[in-house]
Amino acid sequence: MRLALLVLLSRGPAHGYELKQALERLMGAAYPQPNIGQVYVTLSRLENAHLIDGEDVAQSSRPNKRIYRLTEAGREAVAGWFEEPVEPKLRDDFFMKLALAHETGAADQIALINKHRRYCLNAMRDLSKLAAAEDRDHRISQLMIEGAMLHLQADLDWLERCQEELE
Amino acid sequence: MSPDTSPSAPGSQPMVKALGLVKTYKAEGVEAKAVRGVDLHVEPGEFVSVTGPSGAGKSTLLHLLGGLDRPDSGRIWLDGRQVDSLSEARWAVLRRRSIGIVFQFFNLVSNLTVADNIELPALLAGKSPRQARTSCEELLTELSLEAKRRSMPSELSGGEQQRVALARALVNHPRLLLADEPTGSLDSKGSREVMRLLSRFHQRGQTILLVTHDARVASTADRVISFFDGQVVDDAVLGGPEHVPSSVADILKLRD
Ligand SMILES: Nc1ncnc2c1ncn2[C@@H]1O[C@H](COP(=O)(O)OP(=O)(O)O)[C@@H](O)[C@H]1O
Ligand SMILES: [Mg+2]
Repeated sequence: MRLALLVLLSRGPAHGYELKQALERLMGAAYPQPNIGQVYVTLSRLENAHLIDGEDVAQSSRPNKRIYRLTEAGREAVAGWFEEPVEPKLRDDFFMKLALAHETGAADQIALINKHRRYCLNAMRDLSKLAAAEDRDHRISQLMIEGAMLHLQADLDWLERCQEELE
Repeated sequence: MSPDTSPSAPGSQPMVKALGLVKTYKAEGVEAKAVRGVDLHVEPGEFVSVTGPSGAGKSTLLHLLGGLDRPDSGRIWLDGRQVDSLSEARWAVLRRRSIGIVFQFFNLVSNLTVADNIELPALLAGKSPRQARTSCEELLTELSLEAKRRSMPSELSGGEQQRVALARALVNHPRLLLADEPTGSLDSKGSREVMRLLSRFHQRGQTILLVTHDARVASTADRVISFFDGQVVDDAVLGGPEHVPSSVADILKLRD
């Protein structure tokens, strides 16, 4: 969330609640709703790190609200983040379990595969439901869900390969 | 008919029960053991998918259950009735009245209109033309095909043709719907549409057994049977107690 908040602030100053709403609008149902407390905590950490500046603005009938803006260091952090290569999701903790079960017999490898398949199928089902419930026109959210489904599909195809090879 | 001795709930027969099914094909002297000892129970109202790689024997299993092929050994009960020793003609009657089947390729009659394709099995089952017309109209509405009733199959998209095939399979209100790779020749939009319709019919009580190599399609069902090399290797109820409801959030978790 750190980077998401920083990048949203590169558009212009905003307060915590506005940022939470912007995140929700962007991510839709594909993303667990950000908690406002988490947003405030993250903002104060970013401020302590001098990546953003906060300024209290008085409101007539309510408590002050704190408006944040990006600092020069914050701007660099944003540029640096976009510059960084993104590692594709290739590492797989399940593969470690399977490899070691295969090597040592410490667990039944077919049982491991079956259990993992169930987990993936359940996740797939949840994602299908989520996609059906989400607004068709929310493209970012639909694309995130579709991406997750394609990953699961690949995992499930690969589990079939494991089963064929190891059984 | 043979009495059902399995310990099922009192008063309820499984919709499908199979014990010890075996089917071996021999082609040019080479044996293919397509189904190697399968036991299966499907309760009324269940939506079950059978998934596994190509060549696992899924279609063979479905063909055995629909009487399109005969097992070498093993027994099959449909809705409490033992059917493995029925004659060809008896199976044909059973398929007309009690089993709907859809395939990957829609197998519509190319020189009949959409409406005639749907009405044909109703007429063959002995309904009056008026009854057939009424059932057909209901399904056309249900499947959003009203505007296509006079079209020929070749004028329809793949997704539309599969919806017609589904209407044809359901027109006699079969107790059991069998589907073999029903999304196999559809694009993703057509697939979603067909799966949405299957879910909807299931919610109204239709018992469905679907075979597919596509995990995404399989996960639409409430129960997924994994099939490998002619055998059941896993049988999982989705959304059951092992299920972790937060998985969606887990998969899409943003790092702090
Ligand atoms: N009519 C047939 N004649 C000979 N072999 C067949 C026939 N039908 C299927 N097989 C063989 O049986 C095995 C299982 O096939 P099938 O049931 O079509 O698998 P799936 O539907 O899972 O892809 C394969 O090895 C296939 O080649
Ligand atoms: Mg097949």
